[in-house]
Amino acid sequence: MRYLGIEPIRPRVGVFSFTCCEGCVLQLANKEETLGPFLEAIQVVNFREISTEKGADYEIALVEGSISRDDEVERLRQIRDQAKVLVALGTCAVFGGVNRLKDVFSPQEANRIVYGDQSRETAPIRAVHEVVPVDLSIPGCPISKVELERIVQHVALDLPWQFPEYPVCVECKQRFTVCMFDKGQLCLGPLTRAGCDAPCPAGGLGCWGCRGPAADPNHAEFDALVARRGFSRAQVQDRLSFFGGFPTEGSEEKP
Amino acid sequence: MLFKILTKDGFEQLVDGILESNEVIGPKRVATGANGKPIHQYLPVTSFGELDLDYETTEFPAKTYFLPYRETLSTFHFDEADWTQEIRYRIQPRAIVGLHACDINGLLKLDKVFGRDAFPSPYYLSRRRNTLVVGIDHMPCEGGFCQSVDAHVVSHGFDLFLTDLGDRYFVSIGSDRGFDLVGKVENREVSEDDTHAYLAVRRRISDAFKTHVRTQNLPTLLDLEFDSPVWKRWGDKCLSCGSCAMACPTCYCYGVNEEVSMDFTVGTKVKQLHSCNLVDFAMVAGDHNFRPSRESRLKYRYYHQHRGFAEAYDEPKCVGCNRCGRVCLAGINPPEVIADLHEEDRA
Repeated sequence: MRYLGIEPIRPRVGVFSFTCCEGCVLQLANKEETLGPFLEAIQVVNFREISTEKGADYEIALVEGSISRDDEVERLRQIRDQAKVLVALGTCAVFGGVNRLKDVFSPQEANRIVYGDQSRETAPIRAVHEVVPVDLSIPGCPISKVELERIVQHVALDLPWQFPEYPVCVECKQRFTVCMFDKGQLCLGPLTRAGCDAPCPAGGLGCWGCRGPAADPNHAEFDALVARRGFSRAQVQDRLSFFGGFPTEGSEEKP
Repeated sequence: MLFKILTKDGFEQLVDGILESNEVIGPKRVATGANGKPIHQYLPVTSFGELDLDYETTEFPAKTYFLPYRETLSTFHFDEADWTQEIRYRIQPRAIVGLHACDINGLLKLDKVFGRDAFPSPYYLSRRRNTLVVGIDHMPCEGGFCQSVDAHVVSHGFDLFLTDLGDRYFVSIGSDRGFDLVGKVENREVSEDDTHAYLAVRRRISDAFKTHVRTQNLPTLLDLEFDSPVWKRWGDKCLSCGSCAMACPTCYCYGVNEEVSMDFTVGTKVKQLHSCNLVDFAMVAGDHNFRPSRESRLKYRYYHQHRGFAEAYDEPKCVGCNRCGRVCLAGINPPEVIADLHEEDRA
């Protein structure tokens, strides 16, 4: 389908999963009302959740999940070599995600808790960009299909697109959600990049920051305002470290 | 202006009459805050009983029924050879019941911007003209300083305005359609006792304001204090979250995005309310941002409220509802910021 007389580019896409729940790539197959046109706009050459194709001639690799084993490192490097553009898809790929919580324990201890005496190979969690160069990071747990459609349109026809710079609060307000802090709950909305349409606060759960920081987050004032409302340092640090998107006390580097 | 007396039952019948054929929006209790106070929002109601007319304030302003946070401005349908444009204005009639004087004054300010300037907005006007506005007097809300900006009284901009006299309403009639509505239910003329009672209520409201903001000569003070350290002090606290502008009954700045359907056959221009406190508000070509700091963004919000708008329209944009102060998690609020500027002036 031409748009404004221009023939869209239909990029050849491969979709690959690493350590994660495969929920982000499932989003690619969701939103049925536009699923047909979405799959017309790209050429799927490798995507195990929806296709038996095992093509290796993809230009864009969508990579979800964090990296937690040596064989994953090797596989990821091969994908990087093949792809012109490598996209980290979802919070695990972008920040390490909830998997990072494993690193609170030693690999031996984590192994014992999860597998008992059936120990498996496991290494400290890394985000994709910590292993290979990443061209685009799309955060979200899971990613927003609407946002991904905009990105595909951007690739296909060079339609303008950018991530929102502002925090989640804007989207809460614009859907008339009562502020979590007014209800006495902790929320990372004031620090977290918008673009998700704030579904968690609308459902009664304060933001956990899966999309990582908004532009220029005001951590100093955030620390002050949560302290004024009686939340402990530990509570706030716990929340900030949950998805791995925020610098936390004791962390060596900013993600 | 005409005045009538309605019994409380008479007013309920009046609202029921509107409900028979039209959507009615009014203050509804939606939650209880952690501080134990009820949280209200202006929402559609299906019966008179859902209205809580004794509400103190609402979390969100009524502007969203005139300037929605998101609004489709036009839709373009493409086929191979041609395209067509479709524009729809919201014309379905609607009533908003229970607005306080400050919020009606807010609408009057928006009228000046969108109804009377060189390019009136048909999107705004179609909503405004097709919305019946019924206001109601109320004791000052906590932190509200509408009196300081002359927004605690209102003499037009509504169809009906109620003042509670205990067992009856003193009704100010502001339009023909308001007059017709009152005529449909039992009403009577205003007696001398009613007038005395009305004036006593008005006096009691005026005397009850606890929060005051010195607005005299404020535009000039703002010019003098352009480089004041006050801006950095408060700006450093700003979360750049835009909640102040979303909660403001008169903040109207917006951006327009173009969205395209996934099958590339339909394009839409979508307007979204924005805020001058958001990082990308003043982002222009070449990634240049001429409001890069929190301090400068916060300052210009105050300048628009109390200086720029005042120069253009001879009155501040602010109606003193203090919704911005209440919604701000960092505690930035006009009474304290403006008091600080006055202090700075004396120092």
